[in-house]
Amino acid sequence: MKKTIITVVGKDTVGIIARVCTYLAENNINILDISQTIVDGFFNMMMVTDTSGTEKNIGELSVQLKQLGEEIGVTIMCQHEDIFNKMHRI
Amino acid sequence: MINIFEVNETNKMIQQENLDVRTITLGISLLDCVDSDLAVLNQKIYDKITRLAENLVSTGEEIEQEYGIPIVNKRISVTPIALVGAGACKTPEDYVTIARTLDRAAHTVGVNFIGGYSALVSKGMTVSDEMLIRSIPEALACTERVCSSVNVGSTKCGIDMDAVRILGDVILDTAEKTKESDSLGCAKLVVFCNAPDDNPFMAGAFHGVTEGDAVINVGVSGPGVVKRALEKVRGRNFEELCETIKKTAFKVTRVGQLVAQEASRRLNIPFGIIDLSLAPTPAIGDSVADILCEIGLEYAGAPGTTAALALLNDQVKKGGVMASSYVGGLSGAFIPVSEDQGMIDAVTAGALTLEKLEAMTCVCSVGLDMIAIPGDTPATTISGIIADEMAIGMVNQKTTAVRVIPVRGKTVGETVEFGGLLGYAPIMPVNQYSCADFVNRGGRIPAPVHSFKN
Repeated sequence: MKKTIITVVGKDTVGIIARVCTYLAENNINILDISQTIVDGFFNMMMVTDTSGTEKNIGELSVQLKQLGEEIGVTIMCQHEDIFNKMHRI
Repeated sequence: MINIFEVNETNKMIQQENLDVRTITLGISLLDCVDSDLAVLNQKIYDKITRLAENLVSTGEEIEQEYGIPIVNKRISVTPIALVGAGACKTPEDYVTIARTLDRAAHTVGVNFIGGYSALVSKGMTVSDEMLIRSIPEALACTERVCSSVNVGSTKCGIDMDAVRILGDVILDTAEKTKESDSLGCAKLVVFCNAPDDNPFMAGAFHGVTEGDAVINVGVSGPGVVKRALEKVRGRNFEELCETIKKTAFKVTRVGQLVAQEASRRLNIPFGIIDLSLAPTPAIGDSVADILCEIGLEYAGAPGTTAALALLNDQVKKGGVMASSYVGGLSGAFIPVSEDQGMIDAVTAGALTLEKLEAMTCVCSVGLDMIAIPGDTPATTISGIIADEMAIGMVNQKTTAVRVIPVRGKTVGETVEFGGLLGYAPIMPVNQYSCADFVNRGGRIPAPVHSFKN
């Protein structure tokens, strides 16, 4: 399984999760875990996803999610989980 | 499983604190290109570099996208050209043709610098070594991406003062030949003592003769991340200060390790080392001097600077060593002037002098780096500055280097703009007294005794 971490940060508004999840569903990406908080009115979400079902590579997903983020008015990043595992786990 | 706070911490480092991987450097041995025919030699060099480095830039970009971490530079280092060209080059101009070939290969594969127009002459120069050294001004003037270095001393061999003397002239000549661009050529020329074989950082990178055929070396960075982490321990004691630097250096280096392993796997080239360096850029918040200020100094250069830098350098190594399977290169804090906004501010304020910078080089990597000096500085004075710095490296068993830029037509009080990662610098005053008789003696300084450490 190829795990990809998607993070969404920005001003809270209606429908952020819906739009991100719709995109993921359309691309056959399974969501394994979601955590979400609001800090000082800022929306903060992390999704752990399984991207082994999609045809697109992580570079394409990155670009498209970034575009989607711009439409919604939030910053979306899409990264391989290893960068976090390496940094925070010995 | 990884949690949201950890993910946010990493992304904050990347987005707000300038965390990046400074360079993936592909080291390539050119020893198997050696030929007695200059044209054949040049062709073989071009072919080997463009073959091995064909996918270097695209692979770097893929890794960048996949992990969301910027990889600022993709570069190449090659075997010191003085060795590679020895059989074919009969004149300094012959060596310049190799510089042109390197430049052409760098353009073809899309790297921004290629290092290794170098000679290793710590004990003495061969005829070809000297030809290469004398060809450096022309080579740097007629190429864009070629970087040059000369190792003139080592702890085991002493210092080759003949080479030091010649390099005073070579640096001035390079400044003259590139005066249209504020003597930028000198920013691509480093003089070393105890040069490492596996340094991924320019301008001093070359692929040492002890290395394999090809190798991936990675230089990490992250002064901004360390600075930000230290803001949280203001006023606390040295124990907490040091622990914070160590933990931060660990995290930064882990990213470098990941990138190095991935690059190595995808390019099918062995992983060499991680260079654990705090390499500043002129960007705001990406400064080693700012870390020194955060540790408690009004400006870099104030009393206490050498101690603060010694501590920083040591903790970066302690944190980084555990994070990587192989560590090498220059590993430590860099203190270039023009590439670090905090250093520039310190010089402008009058807090930081050439002499204090020299003292700082005793406790960190690398040396007198990216320092602009008046264009009318005598060659012997430049040689004297080099000799001092080499002596520090030789006696303290560490790498030291000199990269000074005597800016043609400019003097103290003026500023020189190099652009990009090289930044800008106020021209610093140089001691006016002569060392000509010392430099002109000729010969070499013997290796120091390795006992009676005082």
